[in-house]
Amino acid sequence: MPSTYAQPHYAYRPSPQAEATHPVVVVGAGLVGLTVALDLAQRGIDVVVLDDDDTVSFGSRAICFAKRTLEIFSRLGLGEAMLAKGVQWNTGRVFAGVREIWHFDLQPEPGHAHPAFVNLQQYYVEEWLVAACEATGRVDIRWKHRVSAIDPREDGAVLSVDTPDGAVTLQAGWLLACDGARSFIRESLGLPFVGQVFRDRFLIADVVMQAPFPPERWFWFDPPFHPGGSVLLHRQADDVWRIDFQLGWDADPEAEKQPERVRARVQAMLDMAVAPGIAFELEWVSVYTFRCRRLERFRHDRVIFLGDAAHQVSPFGARGGNGGVQDADNLAWKLAAVLRGEAPEALIDSYDAERIPAADENISHSTRSTDFITPKTKAAHAIRDAVLDLAARHAFARPLVNSGRLSRPAVLTGSPLSTQDDWDGGVPPGAPAQDAPVQRDGAPDWLLAHLGGDFTLLAFDPPAAIEGAVVVSSNPAPGAFWDSEGQAFARYAAGPGSVVLIRPDQHVAARFRAYDPEAVAAARSRALGA
Amino acid sequence: MTHLDLSPRIDDPDRLYAALVEAHEGLDEAASLRLQARIILLLANHIGSTATVCAAIDEARRFG
Repeated sequence: MPSTYAQPHYAYRPSPQAEATHPVVVVGAGLVGLTVALDLAQRGIDVVVLDDDDTVSFGSRAICFAKRTLEIFSRLGLGEAMLAKGVQWNTGRVFAGVREIWHFDLQPEPGHAHPAFVNLQQYYVEEWLVAACEATGRVDIRWKHRVSAIDPREDGAVLSVDTPDGAVTLQAGWLLACDGARSFIRESLGLPFVGQVFRDRFLIADVVMQAPFPPERWFWFDPPFHPGGSVLLHRQADDVWRIDFQLGWDADPEAEKQPERVRARVQAMLDMAVAPGIAFELEWVSVYTFRCRRLERFRHDRVIFLGDAAHQVSPFGARGGNGGVQDADNLAWKLAAVLRGEAPEALIDSYDAERIPAADENISHSTRSTDFITPKTKAAHAIRDAVLDLAARHAFARPLVNSGRLSRPAVLTGSPLSTQDDWDGGVPPGAPAQDAPVQRDGAPDWLLAHLGGDFTLLAFDPPAAIEGAVVVSSNPAPGAFWDSEGQAFARYAAGPGSVVLIRPDQHVAARFRAYDPEAVAAARSRALGA
Repeated sequence: MTHLDLSPRIDDPDRLYAALVEAHEGLDEAASLRLQARIILLLANHIGSTATVCAAIDEARRFG
């Protein structure tokens, strides 16, 4: 059991025997299910969440929260807590043996409110999400509710649910399946989940120790303390450290999980890589294999799949949890707009159009990283080792070293919701809005904190007032966000009079060199699937 | 540059062939594969075009 974290247990409340249809039912109170529930609730939608357990994630699991995820959680009100509790980092180092052959800085330029990554145990984020969901008064989380059957219909789904008080039936207008890689909903509907299996096993050990070690991601290929395999070290909150050991396909998962065995591996590593004889405690151990695969489509009429239920990646690159949170970010405003009657139901199809390419990008990066870390053939192994040999001596080989290409936000290129333009540079339609340091009435602020929620028009030095617009000015002006460092104009490639239409999920919908109310209205309508 | 030049260009063919073979002397199969890979990567960087290297891979694979 974790010694640094007291697992909360939430109260089971019986479901009524007969209820009206719920507009939205989320299956799975995990990272993604809670995020989409919170986002919907903040948009005024009532949500029921069903979970078969009564607590948050067991074990630290997804620990690396990327900048885009932090921006999304900031929009939802959890950003400050994550920055305060989590370990911020921007740098990764790669070693061949004990020699550093490559390092990367994921956020080389200043002027962003959020770092490239925050490392934080998943259970903290889930606990805060539960509290935030409850604070809305619109999310009804039903613990100890296990879905046992689903009957999908044209106008929703009927669920049979097992509870400690027996079976109940729930009707949902929309069903959001956030029930993880082994999704019961996906399996019940008989939907194929196809892709690649990697013939390798990894040991995760979370250890508690006081170590004088920088908050960076360290990755070793073939280190002397674990010959022939790779090792990954990450720092989390509470002096908990994540260590991943590559074990190979022939390893016996049960034997490898034995505490004495894990302790010996960890001690050998820490003695050499951190400090000889350093004391540590084992917090959590798991052995896993992984796959890269996805559903052919994420929307099946009124049943929509998010997160690991829809797509699965290897952990290298932190693309699982971060990809899932972006799914929630993408779907919530669309579903809310449809339920409020502001958009046609067809808008939901754009979730597939935008998130399937994003999932493919994550799968492609994750597969390539895995192919580097776990070469499949003798020839592939030789090429990988040759890259490591050369990288130690020659700069040209270093970009070929792939210990995980870390999660970047999806740029929804070619989205049907975007209005295309011929701008050179800047933030293109489909891309998430860029942050910039600004000042309003003398107080330092961040631009991104004022974008999203609803559609926002960002206006740069507008020649005349535009109602409701967020104004960025090149000189201090009352009520405007003064671009004190010139970053906003530069990042958006904006000139005086430029306007940018931002979607409720902070992605850019359209850009114009001059404000034209009709063109902006047309772009907004297009972004709402009209 | 995606064009793969297949015209005869090697200035000293016998020396090149000998060098390619002699490089493997005393190496076992794994070490040979790794050496071969280092040579390919060095040449690939010298060429500098992924498309050209891919054209070479396609041409090489035609021989089964």
